Amino acid sequence: MSADTSTTVGPGPDSRNPENEAVGVQAAVAPGLGAAPIVAAPVSGAQSDAVQFDPTLVGTTATKAERGGSRVPWRFIGGRVLFYAFTAFAAISINFFIPRMMKGDAVQAYMAQSRGLLQPSAEKALRIQFGLDNSTSLWQQYWHYWGMLLHGDLGISISSGMAPVSEVIGAALPWTLSLVGIATIISFVVGTIVGAVVGWRRGGRLDFLVPVTTFLGTVPYFWLGLIFIAVFASLLGWFPAGHAYELGVTPGFNLDFISEVISHAALPALTIVIASVGGWVLGMRNMMLTVLDEDYITVAQAKGMPDRRVLWRYAARNAVLPQIQSFALALGFIVGGTLVMEMVFSYPGIGLLLLNATNAKDYALMQGIFLVLVLAVLVANILADIAYAILDPRVRETEA
Amino acid sequence: MNAPAENTSTLVQPVGAGTPETASVLTAGLSTVKKKTFGSQLRASLAMFSNPKSATGLIIFGIFLLVAIFAPWIAPYDPTAQNLSATLQPPSFQHLLGTTHIGEDVFSQIVYGTRGVLVVGLIATIMATVMAIVVGVTAGYLRGWKSESLSALSNVFLVLPALPLMIIIASQFQDPPLILIAAVLGLTGWAWGARVLRAQTMSLRNRDFVQAARANGEPLHRIILVEMLPNLMAIIASSFVGTMTAAVLGLTTLAFIGVIPVSNLNWGTILFWAQQNNAFPDYWWWYVPAGLCIALLGVALALINFGIDEYVNPRLRSAGERARAMKKKGMDPNAAVTQVRPDLAAGAGVRSGRSKSERSTA
Amino acid sequence: MTDPLLSIRDFSVVYDVDPPVAAVKNVTIDIERGEIVGLAGESGSGKTTLAYGIQRLLKPPAVITSGDVVFHDADGEDIDINSLGVEEMRRFRWDKISMVFQGAMNALNPVTTIGAQLDDVFLIHRPEMNRTERRAAVVDLLEIVKVGGARIRSYPHELSGGMRQRVMIAMALALRPQLMVMDEPTTALDVLVQREILKQISQLRHEFGFSVIFITHDLPLLLEISDRIAIMREGAIVELATSEQIWSDPEHEYTRSLLSSFPRLTGEKGVVVR
Repeated sequence: MSADTSTTVGPGPDSRNPENEAVGVQAAVAPGLGAAPIVAAPVSGAQSDAVQFDPTLVGTTATKAERGGSRVPWRFIGGRVLFYAFTAFAAISINFFIPRMMKGDAVQAYMAQSRGLLQPSAEKALRIQFGLDNSTSLWQQYWHYWGMLLHGDLGISISSGMAPVSEVIGAALPWTLSLVGIATIISFVVGTIVGAVVGWRRGGRLDFLVPVTTFLGTVPYFWLGLIFIAVFASLLGWFPAGHAYELGVTPGFNLDFISEVISHAALPALTIVIASVGGWVLGMRNMMLTVLDEDYITVAQAKGMPDRRVLWRYAARNAVLPQIQSFALALGFIVGGTLVMEMVFSYPGIGLLLLNATNAKDYALMQGIFLVLVLAVLVANILADIAYAILDPRVRETEA
Repeated sequence: MNAPAENTSTLVQPVGAGTPETASVLTAGLSTVKKKTFGSQLRASLAMFSNPKSATGLIIFGIFLLVAIFAPWIAPYDPTAQNLSATLQPPSFQHLLGTTHIGEDVFSQIVYGTRGVLVVGLIATIMATVMAIVVGVTAGYLRGWKSESLSALSNVFLVLPALPLMIIIASQFQDPPLILIAAVLGLTGWAWGARVLRAQTMSLRNRDFVQAARANGEPLHRIILVEMLPNLMAIIASSFVGTMTAAVLGLTTLAFIGVIPVSNLNWGTILFWAQQNNAFPDYWWWYVPAGLCIALLGVALALINFGIDEYVNPRLRSAGERARAMKKKGMDPNAAVTQVRPDLAAGAGVRSGRSKSERSTA
Repeated sequence: MTDPLLSIRDFSVVYDVDPPVAAVKNVTIDIERGEIVGLAGESGSGKTTLAYGIQRLLKPPAVITSGDVVFHDADGEDIDINSLGVEEMRRFRWDKISMVFQGAMNALNPVTTIGAQLDDVFLIHRPEMNRTERRAAVVDLLEIVKVGGARIRSYPHELSGGMRQRVMIAMALALRPQLMVMDEPTTALDVLVQREILKQISQLRHEFGFSVIFITHDLPLLLEISDRIAIMREGAIVELATSEQIWSDPEHEYTRSLLSSFPRLTGEKGVVVR
């Protein structure tokens, strides 16, 4: 049925290939390039053996059978590791070269910004840190920069009382990770489930969700946050307007503090969820529409499967795969948006730190934040990869 | 199954998972049979805008464009003219959207802000799209490690968090010129388009008509310009629109944070001043319209893209439309069991009673 | 020919689009217990619509507009398929009539093991079976179709096209249905594998005694395996006769043209080796 349609049709089903074409560096890993490649030839060693048997000797393949799912997808892992290493390398290099784009002498500006807190003798160290040390070659500076990074030395933050950048970031990171992380996961899960149902009940009353979520998705995060503060915090007083906890409260692992933290995080989290859920709903709905036309859905119905089982076990189970890939790719974008949320809510995470660093022209801190963000996004990507590899057995399939 | 397809090929196809061999109409007129020229191909591809969603989006976008062009004629005041005798006025006939803390006319600021948003947004988007086409089509046409490394490059830019990068680059400059801001937005915005274009080019490259053109010995530039580019138009348009959305959001966010000099008036700058001067929550006329404008422009762009998506992947459109059409006829599009409706064949007059009696005799 | 399993009377299917398209027109045919009935015809002749339609598997906008399909169950009960409710239909499906689909590639859910997909059938239709019983039944099925029980944890993409089709046959066999509808089960396979699958189907039929509705546009193949053949054209059966009659004495002109359209490699009538 659709084995032949996928090759004959025009741009139709192919348009999902860009989605499906795998996050990976290698297209070979792509799971959804239609039926063709899989029909063409069986893949791993055991199976090609099987095919070479005299086809009349049926049953012999059974003795060669291998348990599916136990193989390690080395090629997939290798490709991804290379990709992450390269991305990290690129991010670090961008960090190294950005100060060189500046007009004028960054160090002079930096010294001026520090308002006498920096000793003139620190200038040399700063020059090395910014890669503006004229006495050594660019190459040597680059190596030196790497050396500093590998020792966890991200420089000193002038806007935070000359504290090491790594410490300043370390204090802010947990707030961001918990707020942004949890809100993003909630948004993804809710959006995917809602999208699956909307796609399943196509043409139904739930279709109104599509334009609504589209609108919410195009509203800038920060503006939605401002409106929510105005309505829910200032006018209605349901939530505190900002910060992670009230100033008087002492942080500690007790019920008061935890409930304080949760009530403060509720509004920003809600904003993030509402602003980002639309994309997931829409993406999942569209994937469902494509998947619902697949043969295995008809087969499941012919098998007498109840609707719920067809929806979740067969349709949604397949439609969620491209969704996970989009999740990995969209993370960089989402993180950007959520950082601004922190600025709006004065939430003491990385985003607020970045805003303060920007206003104070605290370059070392800014660059450190960028690096940490890149690493966080990469870690999230790795997690998405693992989830994908678990959910899609075809990832284990490699090019012979 | 195919009976309707062959006899009445122009009809709406009865498509559904239960009816195999019927997915053949998905070609959607992208590949025309006639002798192709770049012009005719281009005209054919304009069809992607000729659906209600795209048209609505284009009209809204066109209105914003006109406002931007004719800003000096539309705006009743100089957007930065202070009027200390009329500060924080609510909307009135003098000031349609009220005034700011120093008596600037918010409506005029919005009008001029449209210009700021669209100029930077369009420059950034054009840069990003050109880059996406160059990298994406090249990566799609090449094979092997060259293609892979270009793909890896765009994936890297996709994964890097764009906004922090923009903030950092923009803040390196005391007074960043507009072109630089546009360049930064473009630099962080091209990767998605390149990725999608690469995938589509790769699939096109193996399509019959491209193979045929290559076998005919058509020169490479002709293959790319005449055979492939028109078929990529929908993807290019969609990535253009997507990039524009991201650029507008990025620009207004940067302006809101205060990284972009306030002299460049755009909707984000208005929100920046509103936030700086405690407009929230009381002076709603100061901060609500700017945000709504961003959202409205975003909706317009999203509508254009929906139209293109449905044109490229007719399943999306037809699924919704068919489902609604079926609902009207009293059918559940998800029904796993075919409906029995004896009235349909016999036409008017004969109701289900007939089949009841028949059934009992059978 | 006195023990019908499925009686189809005056069966019509219309695609309720504008204007409505009649895909199957007033088809009447009896399927006998244990026989193989071939449905032949060019693409678009309505043969697949008919086969899906009798199980009410067609998606909207397809509508059954007339006729009855009565299933004469082995235990003596007559089931009027067109009057079944959704839940009754769901329970009826696969239990009494199962299907082998064209091109097993997309018919299997790509992200779950074939074992789990076979297991699903028992889980839903035989809720009284426990996990070990189900597993034993699945292994048993895989052995029957000579895929091998060890493949229970394989994913569809790990199997060759022929193997996948065998899995589909195993699945169709699971509940020991009385009728199997086979929609071009061998079309996507190469000739050798096709042979094997056909051989297996006829072995299984001897063993389990189910009836088969076999759909294909490959008339020579049908002549070989069917007891009777129905030739369809534009939604109607134009000729229904035994294979021998179709082969030796085709009545309808269309049947003759269909027969003559297949190349005769050996130069004589016997393209098909029985």
